Amino acid sequence: MLKYLLAKNEDIPEGSAAVFFGFSAIIWFVIGTGLGSFNAAKLAFPDFVTGNIYFAFGHMRQVHVLAVIFGWISMAFAMAMMYITPALGNTKLWSEKLGLWNCLFWNLGLTLGLTILWAGITSGREYSDFPWPIDLYLAAFVFIPLGVNVWMTILNRRTQGIYTTNWFFAAATFMVIIVFLVGNLPEFFHLTGLTEAYLTWWFAHNVLGLWITPVAAAIAYYTIPKVTGNPLYSHRIGHLHFWSVVVFYSTPAAHHLMSAPLPEWLKSFASVEGVLILVPAIAFVSNIMLTMQGKWHMFVENIEIRFTITGCLMAIPLNMQGGFQQTRAINWYIHGTGWIVAHAHLALLGFSTFLEAAAVYLGLQTILKRKLYSLTLANMHFWLLLIGFTTYWISMTIAGLIQGAGKIYEVPYIDVVIAEHPYMIARWLGGTMVFTGNVLWLYNMWMTARKGSVVPAGRMPHELAYER
Amino acid sequence: MAGFREYKIGSRLFGLALGGSMCITLLMPSINIASVSSTDIALAKQLSIGHETGFNLDDPFLLGKNKPLNVSLKVDPKSGQPLSGGMSVYVYQPGTAFPAGILHPRILGAGIEELSVQQGHVTDARKDAGAVFVLAKGLYQGKEVSYIDNLTATKGWTPEDVMRVAKDEDVSHAGKGKTMFVREGCWWCHTLLPEQTQDWQVFGAPPMLGDFNGESPTAFGSDRKAPDLLHVGSRNSSKEWMMMHFFNPRLVQPHSIMPRFDYLWGEKDAAGQKIDFAKWRAEYSEYTEGKRVTPPEVPSYASDSEIRSLIDFMMSLK
Repeated sequence: MLKYLLAKNEDIPEGSAAVFFGFSAIIWFVIGTGLGSFNAAKLAFPDFVTGNIYFAFGHMRQVHVLAVIFGWISMAFAMAMMYITPALGNTKLWSEKLGLWNCLFWNLGLTLGLTILWAGITSGREYSDFPWPIDLYLAAFVFIPLGVNVWMTILNRRTQGIYTTNWFFAAATFMVIIVFLVGNLPEFFHLTGLTEAYLTWWFAHNVLGLWITPVAAAIAYYTIPKVTGNPLYSHRIGHLHFWSVVVFYSTPAAHHLMSAPLPEWLKSFASVEGVLILVPAIAFVSNIMLTMQGKWHMFVENIEIRFTITGCLMAIPLNMQGGFQQTRAINWYIHGTGWIVAHAHLALLGFSTFLEAAAVYLGLQTILKRKLYSLTLANMHFWLLLIGFTTYWISMTIAGLIQGAGKIYEVPYIDVVIAEHPYMIARWLGGTMVFTGNVLWLYNMWMTARKGSVVPAGRMPHELAYER
Repeated sequence: MAGFREYKIGSRLFGLALGGSMCITLLMPSINIASVSSTDIALAKQLSIGHETGFNLDDPFLLGKNKPLNVSLKVDPKSGQPLSGGMSVYVYQPGTAFPAGILHPRILGAGIEELSVQQGHVTDARKDAGAVFVLAKGLYQGKEVSYIDNLTATKGWTPEDVMRVAKDEDVSHAGKGKTMFVREGCWWCHTLLPEQTQDWQVFGAPPMLGDFNGESPTAFGSDRKAPDLLHVGSRNSSKEWMMMHFFNPRLVQPHSIMPRFDYLWGEKDAAGQKIDFAKWRAEYSEYTEGKRVTPPEVPSYASDSEIRSLIDFMMSLK
């Protein structure tokens, strides 16, 4: 990487930025899930590594969350944008050099930000935990350069229209910059009180709704048609998806604070908009499922399709939960319980991660022109992720229902803690399986780059037989 | 360059949709929230917690610097005469940043702003000289309203005067304690938000709209893995229990999954002796293995320790 940073843009091989983003993303995934597993162990066994400020749960929880969101998920997005945006515009990436510098600054900034968070230097605001200098750094050196590269590549395309995936990429990179700058206004200008509380959740909601969800879906709009060879079922349903994300997903931020003293009109409005999130969700899932017509055998045979479709199928329970759990009728029971933790992992570890993992598998093989090193390891990765995640999700959902019952029946809190203990152990086991799967994945992709068999020009990696 | 020629309408609609959404979800709520008056809770809370508890340039490492002290005065610091019933004042030593309500009295709400500025002279407070504040009652348009009184301006009480007559046990470091609460991530498990639909019986009344003016961060917490703490000081006012519970929660609650916060004791105990954590842990292990009848004694904390301020903050959550 270092030798390309100062090279002329035209001397840098196509796809270099995507490769470095891809490997960075996988490494952050290993780090993020490793921290998750460590934190889960502390919830199951409280005297595991205790009495040390630098290994305290309260110092590490946010490092896990932000490493996964801004390391793994967002860097996998950047990886996908670096190779999908030019491919769909029948052109080259606007600047490989900008992409490489972007990747370098991203890794440096995230490492710095997470280190100081770990030391306890925090804004005290969930999801926007980074102190404001780090927020400004991330906007200036991470998201704005990424957006510029994506927008300029689309502007310089050699196709007449813009394909669905690229609308989403262009809009989401723009929206995430707005969300970063507006959501952190309380820190920039010391806004206090309920304004601070509300903007904290406005940020948290919109990072999910205007960045992670649309970009993950956009990736599926590329991988499924590309690998199956089927055209996208409906461009128009894609339109419906895009516009309903912008309108319905950007508005329900207040539903995260349903039991807090916000103005009642705001909570009611947010709750109705929250149910309408089902519109983009149904549009997306049905569009992808219908694109699979006649190619369902690939769900079993092809690792990228298996990851993508599994992720899309998880979008169904995800959005059914998401649409209804925030209504007053249900929220009073499950608010602030492990149910929500399970739901958040269904969104980030279930739905979104599975779509991005497919894009990273496909992208690294395509750019490096190397067939995947080991199908067995890829299968193990898939099943460790799926079984590990499912264990986590089921155990946390049950724990959440126990907490909800404890809350409304006024059970002494310690009895809830005792009742949750087995599920905390199950959660730790599930998280550890995910971590183990990711270590195998990193090894597999590293060996693919070094030892994978060469994919001939004009061929897709999945058209070749596996050698191992 | 292909540009966005075919996408003129789409780009404009996108701007309209996102702008409209931000108008409804940002502009309208902020106008509404800004019109809410501070409750007495909000006035007392911002005076005891100070300007900012998260990362800020006055306290970049979250060590609890730049924080006010809450002093229970028993005598008039000028005359030395006893004050009947005592008085709870907030002491801002010279250089300590004032909370948002002092810097921008308009966030206090109608009536409170007028009284605080005209009768309380809060805008006369100077950071380099420090100030002493108290909650006072006044009449605004025929109704009784609480407001902030700058005693340094109205009575001439300086921070130095107040601290001279205050004993250590009269001083609460709740402001620094909230910094510990934020830094140590207590709010990842303990919410500060009894819910509106239940929780009344166990955790006390939910907060009101005006309870937060001037506070940052609010640190509601979202994932309740442990009891809500908004009113913990009313439920449990034993400093001894708090001390044992923070040092090792399993001493008082065998099933607790809370981490140990013994590191907040610092190097030395109340008597200035070095705390031997290794010895304590070894003896505690013997106790859990049944080789000792009683657990080792929890060292008493020094008056400038981080744990003292955290316990003061717990006690302030009434």
